[in-house]
Amino acid sequence: MSEQTPPSPPTPPAAPPPGRSVDDIKRDPLVADAVSRVDDAVLGAKEFVGEITLFFDRDRIVEVARAFKDAGFVYLVDLSGVDYSKYPGHTGLRFSVSYTLYSFQKNARVRLRVWTDEKWPVPSVTSVWRTANWHERETFDMLGIQFSGHPNLERILMWEGFNGHPLRKDFPIRGIDTGARIYPEVFPEGGGPKAGSTGKDVKDVNVYKGEWKRYGQWPVAQIGGGGNGAKAAAPAPATPKPVAAAPAPAAPPAPTDEEETE
Amino acid sequence: MFDVHEMEVNFGPQHPSTHGVLRVLLRIDGERIIDAKPIIGYLHRGTEKLFEHMAYPQCIPHTDRMDYVASATNNLGFVETVEKLMGITANIPRRAQLMRVMLSELQRISSHLLWLATHAIDLGAMTPFFYTFREREQVLDFFESYCGARLTLNCMRIGGMPDDLPHGWLEDVEAFVDKFEACVDEYESLLTNNRIWKKRTIGIGVLSPEDAIDWGITGPPLRGSGVEWDLRRAQPYECYPELQFEIPIGKNGDTYDRYLVRMEEMRQSTRILKQCFPLVRATPEGDIKAKISKVIRPPEGEVYHSIESPKGELGYYIVSDGKTQNAYRCHVRPPSFVNLQALPAMARGHLVSDLVALIGTIDIVLGEVDR
Repeated sequence: MSEQTPPSPPTPPAAPPPGRSVDDIKRDPLVADAVSRVDDAVLGAKEFVGEITLFFDRDRIVEVARAFKDAGFVYLVDLSGVDYSKYPGHTGLRFSVSYTLYSFQKNARVRLRVWTDEKWPVPSVTSVWRTANWHERETFDMLGIQFSGHPNLERILMWEGFNGHPLRKDFPIRGIDTGARIYPEVFPEGGGPKAGSTGKDVKDVNVYKGEWKRYGQWPVAQIGGGGNGAKAAAPAPATPKPVAAAPAPAAPPAPTDEEETE
Repeated sequence: MFDVHEMEVNFGPQHPSTHGVLRVLLRIDGERIIDAKPIIGYLHRGTEKLFEHMAYPQCIPHTDRMDYVASATNNLGFVETVEKLMGITANIPRRAQLMRVMLSELQRISSHLLWLATHAIDLGAMTPFFYTFREREQVLDFFESYCGARLTLNCMRIGGMPDDLPHGWLEDVEAFVDKFEACVDEYESLLTNNRIWKKRTIGIGVLSPEDAIDWGITGPPLRGSGVEWDLRRAQPYECYPELQFEIPIGKNGDTYDRYLVRMEEMRQSTRILKQCFPLVRATPEGDIKAKISKVIRPPEGEVYHSIESPKGELGYYIVSDGKTQNAYRCHVRPPSFVNLQALPAMARGHLVSDLVALIGTIDIVLGEVDR
């Protein structure tokens, strides 16, 4: 908007507390216990408005998380990712994953961060905090950060056929051609509804005669003999084809879809 | 091995008891839930993406649309986070702080009233709906007379409040608050000792304190499990340190305890409001905005701040690059999203009709879950 900022004498510039060195932050009583156990994994530290942020080696984040949990940080408040690709002056890996932890005994929060990019998966901390499950799925969905060892890393907010990660900085705010992997006959790859389109370029979904991709992750019921089995199988002809155990050949599932649910 | 009696059923997304567009994929054996899988995202509007492309003050109306039945607390969390980022938290005038607290507590009452109405109606109790909406209507009228809107309030600004309280507002709220505790008693007389209500809620969806913390659950569900933790007390903001209130906690962590916790929270909100009236009257009129620059351009840094919304811990994580008037990244930590994650663990082994009770007791708002 306006380029010149009006001078505002009464507002003190957000005074960062007198900068402490990395070693001083690591010796802060809040984090000293946990950091002493994983001292060699610490890559850096910073402090801003009283919040401590520690940077860790990505591959050792599970060990680090466990050390912090043992030191009282039993509650994972938040887990989110940031795409730093358009950050002024940023060099280095593209994504950062932030873990905000809270300790009930110390009544304080601390933030752990790791750096990664599209290629390098971050080890999942679902084994340490169960609440990390959906947070990691959301971070994967929104930014495309991979989490290795996650029990069920699939999209959570966007639909399962969406190709793209909306919170990446190269994703335009007005949307993209979304494509549709799950109905390939109707929407070829990249042929889905376009942002701002009137919808006339999209073929009618109702013409779809192929096999519907099974959404759930559970195995298909093995329907043997027995009264209930016959009953359960009865509604099948209503669909174009009975739901098969194997995924539709025309719709290769994402590699992450094959993982079992928790 | 899969039993022939098991089957998959979709619960929602278009189902009145899911309080929005929540889909739960159930694996059931008769009426008994073997597993449940919540599927969300039907109301995703990309709020976080929008935040990155707007100046900070423009984001405030968008926070209304997340938890749309408690928008005052959404506003509060956002403006406080930006204030923390700018380092002006201490500059907020006292009158503005008290007004923020009053609006948040009224919002807590209105959100809990909506919760009670829908929760009870889900479990077959029609009457509480009429009683709670009678009072909720009055609370919404207070919002309307303050800022013109009833649901999406947009009632806070970075650095203070948009307007002073209208004339007579305090007296009206005071008259309402004086009789509101009797109203809570009235709701309780309908439900608390009701045999059907107890049968439907006691022992349903038990969460141990350890499990609740492991799932990241906050707000009334956490306190219902017996953890005495409230951000208004643990990490107080605005003028909460000088206000007296109790943190109600439950014993068993079941749906009934969470119900009792919320009922008591409404009484405590009344208590907080009563303490606010003399304090607001003692502050000079019109002193509602700190002197801050018209262009809000916070310094470079990252900050996480959270408040106690009616649903739990509502947090904002903002990364600022110090160059622009937009957040480089603004992540919302919505309480409903995190609390909903425990639904499968709570639902396993219960009946399908209990799932309705569980969705009600978590008190989700899908606008906030999907953002």
